[in-house]
Amino acid sequence: MKLLVPVKRVVDYNVKVRVKSDHSGVETAGVKMSMNPFDEIAVEEAVRLKEKGIATEIIAVSLGVTQCQETIRTALAMGADRGVLVETDVGLEPLAVAKMLKVLVEREAVDLVVMGKQAIDDDMNATGQMLAALLGWPQGTFASKVEIAEGIATVTREVDGGLETITLKLPAVVTADLRLNEPRYASLPNIMKARKKTIDILKPADLGIDPTARLTTIAVNEPPVRKAGIKVADVAALLEKLRNEAKVI
Amino acid sequence: MATLVVLDFDATGVKQPSRSAAAAAAKLGEAHGLIAGKSVGGIAEMAAKIPGLAKILVADDALYEHALAEPLSALIVSLAGGYDHIISAATAVGKNVMPRVAALLDVQVISDVSGIEDAETFIRPIFAGNALATVRSSDAKKVMTIRASSFDPVPAEGGAAVIETIASAAGDDKSAYISSELSKSERPELTAAKIIVAGGRGMQNGENFTKLIDPVADKLGAAVGASRAAVDAGFVPNDYQVGQTGKIVAPELYLAVGISGAIQHLAGMKDSKVIVAINKDADAPIFQVADYGLVGDLFTILPELDKAL
Repeated sequence: MKLLVPVKRVVDYNVKVRVKSDHSGVETAGVKMSMNPFDEIAVEEAVRLKEKGIATEIIAVSLGVTQCQETIRTALAMGADRGVLVETDVGLEPLAVAKMLKVLVEREAVDLVVMGKQAIDDDMNATGQMLAALLGWPQGTFASKVEIAEGIATVTREVDGGLETITLKLPAVVTADLRLNEPRYASLPNIMKARKKTIDILKPADLGIDPTARLTTIAVNEPPVRKAGIKVADVAALLEKLRNEAKVI
Repeated sequence: MATLVVLDFDATGVKQPSRSAAAAAAKLGEAHGLIAGKSVGGIAEMAAKIPGLAKILVADDALYEHALAEPLSALIVSLAGGYDHIISAATAVGKNVMPRVAALLDVQVISDVSGIEDAETFIRPIFAGNALATVRSSDAKKVMTIRASSFDPVPAEGGAAVIETIASAAGDDKSAYISSELSKSERPELTAAKIIVAGGRGMQNGENFTKLIDPVADKLGAAVGASRAAVDAGFVPNDYQVGQTGKIVAPELYLAVGISGAIQHLAGMKDSKVIVAINKDADAPIFQVADYGLVGDLFTILPELDKAL
């Protein structure tokens, strides 16, 4: 079974982002970039499926600037077999990404796409669902457990109020939630080995897709800042404030 | 053209976040609601009372019983011709289904909308709420999910919508529902609660949640929440989690107990009306967003609070 895992290069989750002074976006110059944390979980899940003998090949795909090759190398060091970069400087939206992934999935005859549920930069939570729609495949989003047997994926999903289990007939798209697994750190020998693995470089035009965005960002602003309030001395003082000043209890 | 609001509901009625979506729809003009499920006649009658919805479309079919993305998105797409905005609250169902609808209509979904400027311009949080983007859509139809905590819900009653039964769309057998494990609780749901008492890593274990937080929550009629640290440590189930990767809440009162205030957590609760922090570390970042801070040992403060209430 062939797996495809899309990986996105995003501002590292430990970075406190700053809005640019011209309000065109957030500052990314000189900022540490890493693989989207949810995508790391997806790569880990794919590698585990290969270790179990269920997956035969894992293709890591990234779409974006040249430096996305580093993100692909990280996936290769974790255990993906080869990479594809769709290189473009255009800011990509989930719809365009899904369209390009669809072409790759069809070209490569992929059986299962495992990907992060959401990228922590644009927080869209959309690409997996959109890809499944375009392919006409079923989707298992926000997965906290995935089992594959006899052409069926059994996916436990994190939903409001608890968990839900569904089955999907393969081929399918699964998107990873936080508790699906804990991604491994790549070992030094595996990082070295990853350098020898292939990364094919394509352009959006090679896939026949126009990546033009449908949304125009008019402005990016800081959220309103909440001011620190006061410290109270004890429980009695706290309740007095909540009852008489804030009037919330 | 009107706005279609895909309503999320359970056995007791339309969920509160969907009434926030109805409030968002009201800013765009005429709005209709969609109830899709099995034996949902009673739910549709409740939905018809939501003010601001002129019509409730009802698809009563076992196909929609568990809100699986594949049949539900096909149904919504079959209705799309009559609407220029199709919206849903950003609940688990909305987040699962709406991007699929958007892709089928060849439009870019606009997720987690927290503000509506005009019919094609919207505000949405990015980078875990550390920035707000104003975006304009050039798509003919706008498919969106709505951040419920940013729109005051319309009341559950007061309206009188027309109920119209609609035909099901074609389904397939590519996906199937197996089971649910929903956390049982007498308390209000996190996203609908007026008061939330949330614990963090400082609670030390799950037993302390039951022993110290639950009694206070029960006296306040509050929901119980937790930080990601407390969930990851296994103190409480995942659906307690408040934060960027958990639930986004905005209650009247949020009591953060033993929560340091990681950016991740703040992203999920900083729109609460009043925030109280109880923490033994006077320098914890949570105090920077708290209206009332109480520095001290939660193991003595919580029992005191329980007694005083």
